Amino acid sequence: MKKLLLAATALALTAGMGMTQTVRMGTEGAYPPYNFINEAGEVAGFERELGDELCRRAELECTWVKNDWDSIIPNLVSSNYDTIMAAMSINDERKAVIAFTQDYLPPAPSSYVALQDGVDLEGGVIAVQTGTVQASHIAETGATMLEFPNIDQVFAAVRNGEADAGFGDHEVMRPFVEDSNDLVFVGEQVNLDEGIGVGVRQSDTELREKLDAAITAMKEDGSLNELIKKHFGDDAQTYE
Amino acid sequence: MFSFCSDPSVLDGLAWLSCYLTTGTHMLFYASFGVVLLLLAITAPIALLFGYGGAMASRSRIAPVRWFGKIYTSMVRGVPDIVFFLFVPIALDQGLEWLRHQALCDSDAPVRQGNDFVVCASAKLPLSTSPEWVHDIYAMTLAVIAFSVVFGAFAANVLYGAMQAVPRAQLETAEAYGMTPRQVTRRILVPQMWTYALPGLSNLWMILIKATPLLFLLGIEDIVYWARELGGAKTSSFAYPHPDWRLYYFLAVLVFYLLMTWVSERVLDRVIHRLSAGQATMAGEAQRKAGVV
Repeated sequence: MKKLLLAATALALTAGMGMTQTVRMGTEGAYPPYNFINEAGEVAGFERELGDELCRRAELECTWVKNDWDSIIPNLVSSNYDTIMAAMSINDERKAVIAFTQDYLPPAPSSYVALQDGVDLEGGVIAVQTGTVQASHIAETGATMLEFPNIDQVFAAVRNGEADAGFGDHEVMRPFVEDSNDLVFVGEQVNLDEGIGVGVRQSDTELREKLDAAITAMKEDGSLNELIKKHFGDDAQTYE
Repeated sequence: MFSFCSDPSVLDGLAWLSCYLTTGTHMLFYASFGVVLLLLAITAPIALLFGYGGAMASRSRIAPVRWFGKIYTSMVRGVPDIVFFLFVPIALDQGLEWLRHQALCDSDAPVRQGNDFVVCASAKLPLSTSPEWVHDIYAMTLAVIAFSVVFGAFAANVLYGAMQAVPRAQLETAEAYGMTPRQVTRRILVPQMWTYALPGLSNLWMILIKATPLLFLLGIEDIVYWARELGGAKTSSFAYPHPDWRLYYFLAVLVFYLLMTWVSERVLDRVIHRLSAGQATMAGEAQRKAGVV
């Protein structure tokens, strides 16, 4: 019996050592073209492809996990998954809670959409997704802010007249506007963030360094730029 | 699913719809109806068991057990369901991980590091290396526990009331025949209490059915999650672009819940009718007079 126990323990220990580290990648899955759930029910989009490539380069085993946007940081911090790749802009407020890798997407502009030109963007009602950099921006302007849990509902609010305009990431809004026959971009674009990075726990320095190195490598050999162009079009901002 | 679905962009009308309704995500949507039914099938008996335990504890002659029963029912009933559903799974998850951390990790690094709750890889529950279905089942188990604890407390109160409603004379007669308290409970009290408990329990069952969308709060992909996800406007990033169709999806969910409650009502009515037979209650008396029994 004792021998059996010993053998089992030894087996468990070696099995544990042999395993490559599995990294659970958290994402929202409702923010096309960054990340979304495709018809097969899998996470897809720019961040899926980039994340898989980063994991391959850093020699990590990765699986994808969906999580609602509003609880995406708390669930990272409580270790339900290990990274956030969900078009999360790097800013000071978030840096107080989690750590970021370097940016994998240059600072992107944010835009207003509305049903017609000439809406009052300074004093009207603006719909945003809750907890985004766009929401913090609107909170500082004189406009009345309406917050929604996902970007879909922001458009729904603009369409049914609940809000005068919606405010969000330009690249996310663009396909919605191009596909529709009622929505238009209005007003000036606003630059808000320091780029988009991978969020990791502050205590997880090792993982952050691995991902950082992989991002640097992808920036250097130009594969990151290719990936950006593939998903955001040839006009998209890329790295020098 | 069908062979003609390989290029959705050239399809229209019925062909498009038949392909659209059989995509992988729609299959997950249909499967999620099963998830809801499964939750009900597992939770209802467990909650009833919790309720029975709570009611028996509340009637106990041993003071600490009685206090426990009373505290359980009044505390859980006094907290909003949603708060409880948010609290129990997180508390359980972190509690279990902390225990495993103490037992399995050889590092003495603290579990809380700044903002982070970190346990070593072998103490994770479920392990990061586990396949996705293990994570799903784990989340579902936490949900079942949360639901059972909450609905158990309500059931305990209903059953306690039902036990009090059984005529004292019946129990006294049993005691006079020399039955032990245990025998009185098993032979007289429990068989008779159901007729008093059922209206309350049927009410609870209805509330339980209607509470299942709270699964969505626990990160389980139930029908409400999928209705919102699939109904939302889809851009050309997707193979099947469409405008905002949430209205239709939520309508389907609404019909499902109405059907569920309608069927339940039919079934429960029959059960109540049966259990009233021969009881000294108004319903039982009416049956006797009508000569049904």
